[in-house]
Amino acid sequence: MSTTTTEKNNHFQDHLMEHHHEENFFTKYIFTMDHKMIGKQFLITGMFMGIIGVMMSMLFRLEIAYPEQSFPILEFFLGKWAPDGIMDPNMYLALVTIHGTIMVFFVLTAGLSGTFSNLLIPLQIGARDMASGFMNALSYWFFFLSSVIMVASLFVEAGPAASGWTVYPPLSALPQAMPGSGAGMTLWLISMTLFIVGSLLGSLNYIVTVINMRTKGMSMTRLPLTIWAFLVTAILGVLSFPVLLSAALLLMFDRLLGTSFYLSDIFIGGEVLSYSGGSPVLYQHLFWFLGHPEVYIILLPALGISSEVIATNSRKPIFGYRAMVGSILAIAFLSFIVWGHHMFITGMNPFLGSVFTFTTLLIAIPSAVKAFNYITTLWKGNIQFTPAMLFSIALVSTFVTGGLTGVILGDSALDINVHDTYFVVAHFHIVMGLSAIYGMFAGVYHWFPKMYGRMMNKSMGYAHFWLTFITAYGVFFPMHFLGMAGLPRRYYSNTAFPMFDNLADINVLITYFAIIGGAAQLIFIFNFFYSIWRGPKAKQNPWRANSLEWTTPVEHLHGNWPGDVPVVHRWAYDYSKPGAEEDFVPQNVPLAEGEESGH
Amino acid sequence: MSPISIIVLIVLVVLTLVQVMRISEISSEIQKGEDNEVSPKDNNTQGRLMLLVGFGFVISVLVMYVAWGRLSLPEPSSAHGAEIDSLWNLSMLIINIVFFIVQPILFYFAYKYRGKKGTKATYYEHNNRLELFWTVVPALALAVLIIWGLNVWSTLMMPENEEEPILVEVYAQQFNWTVRYSGGDNELGYATVHEIAGANILGVDTQDPASADDIVAKELHLPVGKPIQFAFRAQDVIHSAYFPHFRAQMNCVPGSVTNFQFTPIITTAEIRQNKDVKAHVEEVNEIRTAKGEDVWEFNYVLLCNKICGAAHYNMQMDIIVETQDEFDAWLKEQKTVAETL
Repeated sequence: MSTTTTEKNNHFQDHLMEHHHEENFFTKYIFTMDHKMIGKQFLITGMFMGIIGVMMSMLFRLEIAYPEQSFPILEFFLGKWAPDGIMDPNMYLALVTIHGTIMVFFVLTAGLSGTFSNLLIPLQIGARDMASGFMNALSYWFFFLSSVIMVASLFVEAGPAASGWTVYPPLSALPQAMPGSGAGMTLWLISMTLFIVGSLLGSLNYIVTVINMRTKGMSMTRLPLTIWAFLVTAILGVLSFPVLLSAALLLMFDRLLGTSFYLSDIFIGGEVLSYSGGSPVLYQHLFWFLGHPEVYIILLPALGISSEVIATNSRKPIFGYRAMVGSILAIAFLSFIVWGHHMFITGMNPFLGSVFTFTTLLIAIPSAVKAFNYITTLWKGNIQFTPAMLFSIALVSTFVTGGLTGVILGDSALDINVHDTYFVVAHFHIVMGLSAIYGMFAGVYHWFPKMYGRMMNKSMGYAHFWLTFITAYGVFFPMHFLGMAGLPRRYYSNTAFPMFDNLADINVLITYFAIIGGAAQLIFIFNFFYSIWRGPKAKQNPWRANSLEWTTPVEHLHGNWPGDVPVVHRWAYDYSKPGAEEDFVPQNVPLAEGEESGH
Repeated sequence: MSPISIIVLIVLVVLTLVQVMRISEISSEIQKGEDNEVSPKDNNTQGRLMLLVGFGFVISVLVMYVAWGRLSLPEPSSAHGAEIDSLWNLSMLIINIVFFIVQPILFYFAYKYRGKKGTKATYYEHNNRLELFWTVVPALALAVLIIWGLNVWSTLMMPENEEEPILVEVYAQQFNWTVRYSGGDNELGYATVHEIAGANILGVDTQDPASADDIVAKELHLPVGKPIQFAFRAQDVIHSAYFPHFRAQMNCVPGSVTNFQFTPIITTAEIRQNKDVKAHVEEVNEIRTAKGEDVWEFNYVLLCNKICGAAHYNMQMDIIVETQDEFDAWLKEQKTVAETL
């Protein structure tokens, strides 16, 4: 199979030589089918959405720290939703909802997986482009459209969706229940439907490309761990996103066509509604059937990126390559049979709860293997502290911290008393939010030279890292203590319960950390855009790495390699191999005489 | 200093920082040309920072435990609460041991093996015994937690009762709670949203003979030492009945009835004498008097813990645990459904 692929690639090359047509602005930057440009489109759109999502969190953190107080800045941003600068409770819920939606789907799914799967899959497996460039472009444009609609939903009369990012019915189904469940919710559902279509098109493409288009010699066990992570992520997406699509469509039917999939026996606004026979819990099952794999759709690419970055910058092979692949597969498999741990207290059958506790706690085993393997990779390394490396080490730290509290929350008996409290907020922000965003930053710093042919500024990278690392823990670690005091999440104000009065100081502290941390991201944004145009020119292989993307020229060209596609002779982790002259041996270097293939 | 000026200050500081970096970057570019590669000096600085900040983080976690440990909920006021708390303590012990071993090792390795000129990393690609070791050890620890956890879970969810529990309905709507006692027959009359009208806010079916002696109240009174079987209903959206002091929580789902059972073991009067609760009340009242707010007296409270709309944050009901005699006396004062409708 590999031979035919190479022949096809060479044929492609001839084709490339024949038609050297000029590209204009639109074909190059907008309606491109080049995977590298599409990756950048995902990144820029994701960053734009990320700025909105983070700014929203700044606004609601201000409200949590100083409940019901007046801030002109709130009125400036929220207009009629903050009369006299005091935030409306409905707007608070809307901000929390859209913050969650944007961060989970638009930044950490599309922005992370979309960017790096597109950029790296063809480059690292030695392919000229994705299997279908057109589908790939279509995937981005569905995502773009979905982003536009989500942003537009912020401006509708009754406000955007506000029933939490999980949009549980009946709250999300009934406009009578809250203003956000009107037109804002309809737009949310339309946006998510388009998002899912885009995500599926992308994922199918990634899977087909990885399976069929690897260059000669690139066996599955020679793939860099990034590619393994992207492949498994795409498989998770293809299997679980359609279920969310059906959940969203049924919810749309209930809202617009009067069906009763999720609704039954409801009395609201002074009247009994005609819905009968549905179950709100059914929605939760469908939602979390995606929702839990989604956690790993977010996390696995970050773990793949950090595997690559940690190995490269420790100048050592990743420790236990096969165990790393095995644990990715184990996590992916288990992620499909644990969704019920989000629903322990919905009144589900207690026996079912037991099963979900069992499967959930099993995930800790492959996760522990990953964490220990990262640490062993550092051991006796020769660590080069690039900003990407710093973020990857921080990822290991947050993955451990957040993973450990998962052992508590996955246990149904313990979940009862901390369910939906700040303990949960702390847990998932650390293990999935921070880890994934650190992986994304690591990826941007590491592959920026590949994307833009220039280097990002190192000092600004360091400042960005340290401020982010310190403030992020400062924001989320204290939340465990709020949760243990019984403080529920999604409360507009904690002043209605005197028992929480002594937590107010901690909330002020968290908000300070949040604002400093948010401001620190300006350094990154400045560095990013400044370096695109003014950064020093990159060398072909600035990190002295082994994988194939660094064998392509700095200047992008359609088809990636000017000559033949390189043939692979070894795995991607021959760093500091005894007998080799340099401390790295790229994958396309043939084995020297007498050299063992290792691994 | 108002928060706004703080924000402005922070933004200015960041902008200054950026400008300083720009200057240092440009000056270094002038001096050496390309200066974005990681130098041995960088490795030294960043490696030391890893050690410093990493250990700083681990130590500040210890400090938080000391400073904020007191914020946790007081001793459980339900019979099963102690079981949850001991399982919690064991789980916390295990995860803290792992945390305080793994995090320092991570940051220490980052520091210890920071890149130095002329050194080479050790080529070490795998070790099956080592990997087996850290697969099996977590598996064993988890086996303990799973087995114990499932035991606790099944005793909570499927309790075996020596005496018949008292049946109480907790009814949720935007944005308040109502309770219904089953009365002398210990049987709740049939209720449905279709019957809601006028004063019959719970939609009790008055044709059902079991409903006549049902009692509707706006405060949840419970007799100490008696198992209480709760039935939860919601009329509009999903709510969640959260009893933090009793280590109990259950969602209230429109269209179905959910259940949870617990036995309160400490009366409101007794818990107010608990030293942790006293300290908590004192701390809160210091804050409240400073702000000119009413003094707070501790009460058990039922909170809504599932997002349910604009006033979700203020959907609460007081819970009073009292002796059987006090409870009987209170119940006698309440009107039955037959009397109110």
